[in-house]
Amino acid sequence: MAQPDSTTTAMGEGEGRKHPDGTTRRDFLYLASAAFAGTGAALTGWAFIHSMNPAADVLALASTEVNLQPIAPGQAITVTWRGKPVFVRHRTAEEIAKAKADDSAALPDPQPDSRRVQREQWLVLLGVCTHLGCVPLGQKPADSKGDYGGWFCPCHGSHYDTSGRIRRGPAPRNLEVPTYSFVNDSNIRIG
Amino acid sequence: MAKYDYVPSPFMANSIVKWVDHRLPIFSMIDTQLIKYPAPRNLNYFWNFGSLAGVMLVIMILSGIFLAMNYNPSTAGAFDSVERIMRDVNYGWLIRYIHMNGASMFFIVVYIHMFRGLYYGSYKYPREILWWLGLLIFLAMMATAFMGYVLPWGQMSFWGATVITNLFSAFPIVGESIVLWLWGGFSVDNPTLNRFFALHYLLPFVIAGLVLLHLWALHVHGSNNPLGIDAKGPQDKIPFHPYYTAKDAFGLAVFLIFYGYFVFFSPYTLGHPDNWIPANPLVTPPHIVPEWYFLPFYAILRAVPDKLGGVLLMFGSIAILFLLPWLDTSRVRSARFRPVYKVFFWLFVVCCLALGWAGAMPAEGVPLFVGQVATIWYFAHFLVILPLLGWFERPLPLPASIAEPILGGGRAGVMAAGKPMEKA
Amino acid sequence: MRTAKLLIASVLALGLGMGAASAAVGPKAPVQEWPHTGFFGTFDRAALQRGYQVYKEVCAACHAMKQIRFRNLEGIGLSAAEVAALAKEYETTDGPNDEGEMFKRPARAADRFPSPFPNELAARAANGGAYPLDLSLIAKNRAGGENYVYALLTGYRDNPPPGFVLGDGMYYNDWFAGHQIAMGPPLMADRVTYADGTPATVERMAKDVSTFLAWAASPHLEARNSLGVKVMLFLFILTGLLYATKRKVWRNIKH
Repeated sequence: MAQPDSTTTAMGEGEGRKHPDGTTRRDFLYLASAAFAGTGAALTGWAFIHSMNPAADVLALASTEVNLQPIAPGQAITVTWRGKPVFVRHRTAEEIAKAKADDSAALPDPQPDSRRVQREQWLVLLGVCTHLGCVPLGQKPADSKGDYGGWFCPCHGSHYDTSGRIRRGPAPRNLEVPTYSFVNDSNIRIG
Repeated sequence: MAKYDYVPSPFMANSIVKWVDHRLPIFSMIDTQLIKYPAPRNLNYFWNFGSLAGVMLVIMILSGIFLAMNYNPSTAGAFDSVERIMRDVNYGWLIRYIHMNGASMFFIVVYIHMFRGLYYGSYKYPREILWWLGLLIFLAMMATAFMGYVLPWGQMSFWGATVITNLFSAFPIVGESIVLWLWGGFSVDNPTLNRFFALHYLLPFVIAGLVLLHLWALHVHGSNNPLGIDAKGPQDKIPFHPYYTAKDAFGLAVFLIFYGYFVFFSPYTLGHPDNWIPANPLVTPPHIVPEWYFLPFYAILRAVPDKLGGVLLMFGSIAILFLLPWLDTSRVRSARFRPVYKVFFWLFVVCCLALGWAGAMPAEGVPLFVGQVATIWYFAHFLVILPLLGWFERPLPLPASIAEPILGGGRAGVMAAGKPMEKA
Repeated sequence: MRTAKLLIASVLALGLGMGAASAAVGPKAPVQEWPHTGFFGTFDRAALQRGYQVYKEVCAACHAMKQIRFRNLEGIGLSAAEVAALAKEYETTDGPNDEGEMFKRPARAADRFPSPFPNELAARAANGGAYPLDLSLIAKNRAGGENYVYALLTGYRDNPPPGFVLGDGMYYNDWFAGHQIAMGPPLMADRVTYADGTPATVERMAKDVSTFLAWAASPHLEARNSLGVKVMLFLFILTGLLYATKRKVWRNIKH
């Protein structure tokens, strides 16, 4: 048996003789067509995959406005923003002092308290543990606030301090501070 | 049927391929059923439509899955969720238009595929089960398309669903119960929409399974061909790859231009404007029509003034296709050698187009009359003309082999052409 | 070539069938010249903005456009700041707030156009039983699309043809199905004052608002055309390549 017959018939006369091993089937035309078709398929595939990214209405989602007036010192509220909980805590003087004092402590994710707040008494955080996305405890008066007086994630035992910084446990980073701005003294807009 | 010597492709010698193939002969299957699969050498471009239908099924399933990710199957949310896909989802409009026009494309391809089968007698011995499986695919497609059209919850969605499900009320005694069961309520409503979505998602995979059986049945005796005669020997066949892969790929590209034209430049032409109006159970549009691919059947439904009669006739028009291999009594397959059948084939095509036209028009006056005549013709074609033709028609002489008319007869020509499918 | 002829015949036959399918009932609105039709069509931005003005100052009193959000107006050439400022002119209902009450607040870019009536019944009650349609998709859900909208807006006749009995409180329109329409002629010369100084004739306003409604129904039209032209070019080259490949592969096979 000499070779698969398909090659002998598929080949042009001359080419077929030059490369009797049948590899000339992958000639330029063949490759060009395949590459062209492949590119088209990949681009179409991209359009499909991109359709799973956040849509225009999701991206344009209205920002959330929060009224700070009813929150007494030492209290915290949870609001929803982009489908996730946002913690707004009215910190007491001791909590602020503690947070500042710990700026120099050994922090897994070092960041001074001043970089995490716009006005000292108001701490605004994304209430999502940076470990695996659970919502930490510490918002309600009865909740465990962890060993550092901030938040405690019950899923895998991460402790956060009064600045929302990670102090102990598996979480790699501090609780995230969302973009927000003070509309006036008693209102903030998150997002 | 002639035996062909199988020469494995070079990649079959690869050790990994061998290892896998020894445990799961998937590479053998690809090599014998796709690459080296012997196909008649004389297939014309009408034989492209089988693979095109397969491609359409894949396109529809893929685009459908991505649409489903953003679709909300509830009467309150369906219409708005579809508008959100059109307006806000990245490339949502593209995916929707691919899917929406894809349904029409799928039917165009399948109708041409079916008429090709009719013309060249592909349903005859030994391909009766192949034909049946094709008809089952067609039925599943119709169900899928019908339920899919309901999902955007526009006026035509709602009223199409209402009218078609009401067909079942024509059956005596059980009719009303069947309709209530189909609806899951007392009208087409949220439960109906929910189950239609579930089934619309399921059925394409049933179709895919039927397609595999269809291919299996096809590969038992191989493709029919324009001459309608069996392959006599190796000189009649060529390997599927690269010949038909190249031909199918070219045909696909041409088809995509046609498809793309609708998707990008005329996406609304094949639909009905009323379906961009949210469903309103209190107002029926003045003129309800199904999608174009159902129009012939709709015309048959309306050809009879009796409700049950119309429904039975419509289902009968498809059921009769299952009997076609026996209703056609001629032993010659291809219309090329059946001069009288050829005429009647084209008359049948005209008949189907006339039915389509009648189905699109209000059921009165000339369109109704045309619809009735065409309905009679439709059934007469299968029940009277085809059985009689087998007896009265004198077919033209058949060539001795597929290769003979191409190569000018005799073995000499075959040798000169490089002996396809023959061991060197 | 027999095959080619047959193929062309099949496609034509199907085309005929589909043409029949799309046969509409009622008078067919004459086709106008639009810059946004055709393979390379784009919307006339100035007309879109004027059309929005007509919608805002005339149509919006009765007709909602629920599918459109203020942010979409960036598509007619407004800047994000202009859109935000424009949205602020409207009030929208939000809530519930901490007391469980719904409250009014200025609209934002992400909000839908506010509807003139809280629901269909209220709309009917205020309009003598007739329901002013939502216009978001009017250019898609009427046969003829924007041509129909234009024809309707310019198709009022003061005197119905002799013998035509017009219902109480109805108006005669050449292009409305049945010719009786509950909406009075909405446009009259200088009903709006265009910021760009374009004379506000009835035809001009009708054309502008039809353009705006065409955009509202198909906001992706420009993206569709530009991508479509590229895809077509790509497919033509691919088809050429594959045809050459096919020819090459089949060169030594007689068939």
